[in-house]
Amino acid sequence: MQSYQQMQKEALQKFEALREKPLVLVGTATCGRAAGALNVLAAFQNEISRNQLDARLREVGCMGHCYAEPMVIIYKPGFPPLCYGPVDEGMASRLVVDFLINDDPCFEFAIAALEPNDFFPTFSDYPRGIYENKIILADCGLIDPEDIDQYLAHDGYEALARVLNMDPVAVIEEIKNSKLRGRGGAGFPTGIKWETCNNAPGAPKYVICNADEGDPGAFMDRALLESNPHQVLEGLAIAAYAIGASQGYIYVRAEYPLAVARVQTALKQARERGLLGESILGGDFSFDIKIFQGSGAFVCGEETALIASIEGSAGVPNNRPPYPATSGLRGKPTVINNVKTLSYVPHIIRQGADWFKSIGTPNSPGTAVFALAGKVSNTGLAEVPMGTTIRQLVFDVGNGIKNDKKFKAVQIGGPSGGCLPESALDIPIDFDSLQQAGAMMGSGGLVVLDEDDCMVEIARFFLDFTQKESCGKCTFCRLGTKQMLDILTDITRGQGKQEDIELLLELAEDIKAGSLCGLGKTAPNPVLTTIRYFRDEYEAHIQEGRCPALMCKDLITYYIVPEKCSKLCNVCIGSCPVEAIFTRPDMLKAIYLDKCVKCNSCMVACPPQYQAVIKISPPVVEEGDKADEQASDNNH
Amino acid sequence: MSKLVTITIDDKELKVPEGEILLWVALNQGIYIPHLCGIREAERPAASCRLCFVEIEGIPNPVTACTQSVREGMKVRTRTPRVDRLVRTAFELLLSNHSLGCAKCPKNRNCELQRIAKERGLKLKLTRLRPLLKEVSKDETPDAFIFDPNRCVLCGRCVWVDHFQVNVGAIGFIRRGMERKVATFGELKLGESRCTQCGECVKVCPVGALSFKEQNQECRGG
Repeated sequence: MQSYQQMQKEALQKFEALREKPLVLVGTATCGRAAGALNVLAAFQNEISRNQLDARLREVGCMGHCYAEPMVIIYKPGFPPLCYGPVDEGMASRLVVDFLINDDPCFEFAIAALEPNDFFPTFSDYPRGIYENKIILADCGLIDPEDIDQYLAHDGYEALARVLNMDPVAVIEEIKNSKLRGRGGAGFPTGIKWETCNNAPGAPKYVICNADEGDPGAFMDRALLESNPHQVLEGLAIAAYAIGASQGYIYVRAEYPLAVARVQTALKQARERGLLGESILGGDFSFDIKIFQGSGAFVCGEETALIASIEGSAGVPNNRPPYPATSGLRGKPTVINNVKTLSYVPHIIRQGADWFKSIGTPNSPGTAVFALAGKVSNTGLAEVPMGTTIRQLVFDVGNGIKNDKKFKAVQIGGPSGGCLPESALDIPIDFDSLQQAGAMMGSGGLVVLDEDDCMVEIARFFLDFTQKESCGKCTFCRLGTKQMLDILTDITRGQGKQEDIELLLELAEDIKAGSLCGLGKTAPNPVLTTIRYFRDEYEAHIQEGRCPALMCKDLITYYIVPEKCSKLCNVCIGSCPVEAIFTRPDMLKAIYLDKCVKCNSCMVACPPQYQAVIKISPPVVEEGDKADEQASDNNH
Repeated sequence: MSKLVTITIDDKELKVPEGEILLWVALNQGIYIPHLCGIREAERPAASCRLCFVEIEGIPNPVTACTQSVREGMKVRTRTPRVDRLVRTAFELLLSNHSLGCAKCPKNRNCELQRIAKERGLKLKLTRLRPLLKEVSKDETPDAFIFDPNRCVLCGRCVWVDHFQVNVGAIGFIRRGMERKVATFGELKLGESRCTQCGECVKVCPVGALSFKEQNQECRGG
């Protein structure tokens, strides 16, 4: 058996040799593929072979700059490594001809350089780079997830090799010391979970990686599995060693096929190198990992439901205690950690608990990984130290709000998190501060909302999600969330009653206190926080039949402002799918409100120099327009 | 014989076997705690009906009595404002999806929901909440009994008995959320399924979802 040092040395040599010739990296994680990365990859392939270039092409994962996908990195000796995006097929052939053949790095397409140089700024020269501190995302998008040697060359599996010479209790002690808190949402101290499981009687013991990511707007776990799967495997193996498990599972959604495929490849390669399987690295420790593909039920992210699902039952939660750490899979002690939590483990072992504690805040050390989504300019993955404020995250890292709109709120922590308003922008992001504000860390979804988002509708949207994803076992979650959803739906339709807000608050509190599992206990959070911070919007809907954000269809009508409308333009008429727009006798355009289906096409179609179509809330009553209609009929 | 411990429930001091489930301890002592899904013989509690809330000194929030083992010095309150509020909401939620109209129900005067209403002073009609029930047809295919899904509260007692006492496995829970229901494999009528019509499930149903046909006749007859 090859020693770890030997293996790593060879990997490093191989990795450095790769850079001696031009090397093109194409980000082909799911975000890249959605933006057309596979076509870009093919374009590079064709262009390189057509020109018979001695250049290499590799697929990598996601660097986190999803807004700029497809992203390409080009290493060419003599030039700083440069990152380009968004790249299309035409740009791909230009880069091959102009840069790889003719030495023009096409700076006009470049986003940033990866290393400091005299020609082009690096990521750390942008505001985003100042706030970001990448630990678990550091290698994502830079290494080939399907080549174990690239992970080894970046000190991969060094931590595993190291713990194999340590007492398992010392490993647990190191994780405990680091104060690492679970990144799946609840923030429970990882070391204490491991210790409980280690002390629990019973054999065999199990470790499970929870990759059942289901929050709307969250994709951190998927990106990690697609971009650096070995990092998760190493963390899981270390957890197994620490608690004395010989079997591990990765519970991943079947709708993440690329993640599944890349983890499968990683598992195979790790086994071939003796880093998984029988007597790892020639020692006494044997451990292997199976992939379990879940069928995509949100509730299966809950530990006891996840276990039921692996055992072959319906993914329905059980009462805790007993906690899985003492009685989990098949009744045996089981550690379940999130993908991100496990990804931190190798880094903590390698660099020490004190290093980890030097980042972040005293009670929430380390970094937080967020999936920025919604109305933020630079959507993608960001990793910032705990304690960074929401303002820094949205405005500096995320580069502010799209289309110069006004910031309204962030929905933080997924569907069971909360909506925080502008006044909460300076809250430092950590487990405790967010909880105090009524939200939660959650798994790290962050959806940015702007002035066009109605907070009642947003609360309804998230509650609709959790209500549909409820397993239906317990009374509060099954029926309580449905009652709340029906009330919210009525409010967004202008049928809300005065007492509805109080009833929502009462139900929300009881569902939080009375539900069996975490799904029900947190489901009312979006409703509670929107009432807490945006009560005026609820009142406007109920008392005035008005949607202040002009989002709720039942509470708006479309109107063409005569003063702004151009007589010479018919664009809105052409855009209307139901022929609800007509030309008035004076040649200006107007809308038959009874025909209008509120599809928004006219508003989008109206040329920007006019902006004559507006939305009105509360909706205009029909009578006023009947006259117009008649006038136009008479005209025919 | 297991060790006895001293606990108090609503200021009443009791000597009970250590480790017993609080819900059964209380009921044995004649202290009523509302409950639907609890099964004494079950290995682990379903804890799904969310009715048996109590407050225990030292635990910040109300907990379900079916998931608590008694231990020395435990101080329990079955009636506090918070407990009463949770029980009331859970009860109202169940009613919102339950076919009301007790007069026509075969379980009238012998129904656990009626008992809870009586013990806790709750009304058997909806006041705050909306009716959620979508009426579906009854299954009258078994020879001796009727299954009326509109009255089912999803306590799961029938499923447990079917699986663990008579070992037939004809019925189980299917679907999620509001769609969750008790059904046979493939949603066959009970009469066409592997159900042996032993009637054990009917005996444990706390409400009028499963009832013997003779009960229905009595009910219709007056």
